[in-house]
Amino acid sequence: MFNYLLKRILYAIPILIAVNIFTFFLFFVVNSPDDMARLHLGNKHVTQEAIDNWKFERGYNKPLLWASESEGIKKISETIFFENSLKLFLFEFGQSDSGRDISFDISKRMWPSLAIALPVLIVGVCLTLTIALFVAFFRATYIDSTGVLICVFMMSISGLFYIIGGQYLIGKMLKLVPISGYSEGISAIKFLVLPVVIGVISGLGNGTRWYRTIFLEEVNKDYVRTARSKGFKESRIMLSHVLRNALIPIMTGIVVVLPSLFLGSLITESFFGVPGLGSYTIEAIRAQDFAIVRSMVFLGSLLYILGLILTDISYTLVDPRVRLN
Amino acid sequence: MLSASMQIVILKTDFLFFLLLAGTFLYSLFVVKDKQLLEVWRQVFRKPLAIASGMILCFYLAVCLLDSIHFQSLENSKKSQEITSVLDYLFEPISKQVETTYSAPFAYSSFVKETLLNDDGSVAREYPRLKFGGSHLVNPETDYWPDIWISLIYMLCVGFIFWLVLLFIYYFFSYRSNTESAMSFLNDVLISSVSSRVFWIALLGFCLLFSFLFVFAGHYHILGTDKVGNDVLYQSFKSIRTGVLIGTLTTLLALPFALIFGVTAGYFGGWIDDVIQFLYTTLSSIPGVLLIAAAALMLEIYMSKHTDIYMSVVARADLRLLALCMIIGITSWTTLCRYVRAETLKLREMDFVAAATALGASKLRILFRHVTPNLMHLVMITLVLDFSGLVLAEAALSYIDIGVDPSMESWGNMINSARLELAREPVVWWSLGSAFFFMLFLVLAANIFADSTRDAFDPKTND
Repeated sequence: MFNYLLKRILYAIPILIAVNIFTFFLFFVVNSPDDMARLHLGNKHVTQEAIDNWKFERGYNKPLLWASESEGIKKISETIFFENSLKLFLFEFGQSDSGRDISFDISKRMWPSLAIALPVLIVGVCLTLTIALFVAFFRATYIDSTGVLICVFMMSISGLFYIIGGQYLIGKMLKLVPISGYSEGISAIKFLVLPVVIGVISGLGNGTRWYRTIFLEEVNKDYVRTARSKGFKESRIMLSHVLRNALIPIMTGIVVVLPSLFLGSLITESFFGVPGLGSYTIEAIRAQDFAIVRSMVFLGSLLYILGLILTDISYTLVDPRVRLN
Repeated sequence: MLSASMQIVILKTDFLFFLLLAGTFLYSLFVVKDKQLLEVWRQVFRKPLAIASGMILCFYLAVCLLDSIHFQSLENSKKSQEITSVLDYLFEPISKQVETTYSAPFAYSSFVKETLLNDDGSVAREYPRLKFGGSHLVNPETDYWPDIWISLIYMLCVGFIFWLVLLFIYYFFSYRSNTESAMSFLNDVLISSVSSRVFWIALLGFCLLFSFLFVFAGHYHILGTDKVGNDVLYQSFKSIRTGVLIGTLTTLLALPFALIFGVTAGYFGGWIDDVIQFLYTTLSSIPGVLLIAAAALMLEIYMSKHTDIYMSVVARADLRLLALCMIIGITSWTTLCRYVRAETLKLREMDFVAAATALGASKLRILFRHVTPNLMHLVMITLVLDFSGLVLAEAALSYIDIGVDPSMESWGNMINSARLELAREPVVWWSLGSAFFFMLFLVLAANIFADSTRDAFDPKTND
């Protein structure tokens, strides 16, 4: 077990390095820092002096990979690759293009993201499980086929419309909660209700269908037939046999996204004005802040890989049949 | 409008779309020869819902095709330099910007009050008459409703008669060509669905829709106009091309990567397998949206660096669309690659591959003749399954400004520019509503069709 985990973590390091090199290539080689400066300073009527100044302020004036003018170890360390890419491994994200400290911003903005994403996940999974179990219980009847049809219908609606419609209906027509905004502490709840409700509803169609497929796969297995031949009630089979075994694939699907919850949802957060990491990313994209986007790409893949490792661990904890080696 | 001095322009995405259509045509020729495949496709069209959704998809594809045939005038005047499509030509009066601001669906006067100068010199705050919508009405207060009713009855008659004519033609020809040797593809797949009741009900719907557009679009803005007076119906139709192209071209562009890498990884194994697995694990570990955002930012720089090369607005937007397809394709080929690799691993051990090896076939020949054809069902399923998700993704990406060019009509751009309209008083709902329904029909049809396709092709659900 321990050896396996160590192996997994060691395998994650080259992947992160590859991600790092990839983003470095994307941000600094495909387009030179000069082009970035030009985009920020306006394309026309920009002097070389202004560009150099912009680059100097952000530390982009160093050579890309190899500083031939420096001495000793500085030949490597005084480069853009070392300063701006490798330092991400130490969680030193540096300054954003507008001069703010990225690490500070991230540590502050991940909590509102989590405050939305976690309830959405928990409530969503509970609700989806219940509905899917209900639909699977009535499999091959009209309840099942209508249920699937409703799911497909709900899946076919763009998430943007759930948000726009929800804001209009609950926020503007019924005036139950404020349409958007955020505040610190316990009073944040009234701002969180609407995004959480909408997040749960918009994920309902897809989730129910997926869980239903998992249930139906289990229902046709031999142990269920055995249980049925023993004369157990169908409801008991569903709850104590099928649900338990179906929980394994369902749980792995949940664990893998757990770390990424910190990243938040780009669209939900920007619609509701929540100062989380999702809206942080959107603001960075709109302001064309390359430093922030670069940091978020690295952070995102780090959290994703973390999720994969957690999934492996949870496999062994939940399912005794799985032995890691 | 269409004159001899028009020249056909083939944009890059047009070319790829035509390529896709040609590929579909070749595939259907291939299907006709293959009894087993034919049976699978017949199974796809066995469900009534799949027939109806297949027809809706065909409708969207047809609109996309019409919008993909572009013209450019050869005359040297500045205005006619613009690239227009056949769809623009069909929508002639309303494809040009005609009104000044919002107007409701079927309105004859503007939605916003303006200060007007009367004939006698007095000033009044009134809803001004529209330049196009209901301009044929002499006295709108009294003529409006009779005109609507007469047009409605006229439209119902035209649609119904057209449908009857089609029905008659079908029975005439099916009676005539009721022989074994008649086109087998038509007989096998088409006729089995054509003869179903759902097909004709859906066709009646389409006939009525066309006659509705034909009768009303000439006199009214059926779906109103947006803030700057553009016709919403025309915008929604133009958006079809963007949505369909993103849905199809993305997978098409990702296909070569997924197939080549997946097949080589699965077939050769060893260190090649390791390298390719490492490659796609790395790519798939970057969250899709962030990767797209990063790539879109880079594209922005590239475009701003090369402002001089792409002259027309249309060509520029087109390039950006293609780049977007490529970017999403890069993020999405990993899933298909994984499936292809797993399937190739299975196929490699099959008897027919061993037989081919024993007969002295080269590795390349085995890959092309024996392995790849057996992967086509995966490609088919992915192409259909990914379509709806990609259409939805376009809207979301355009909302966060990393989607298609702002000058290009797309549902995402429509939603983006109209999202504050529900907060207006009185509410302007038609832009959002049109984007909603146009998207819903496409995505719903694609989802239902994809389900049916997967059920038919997937060996797991087949037994």
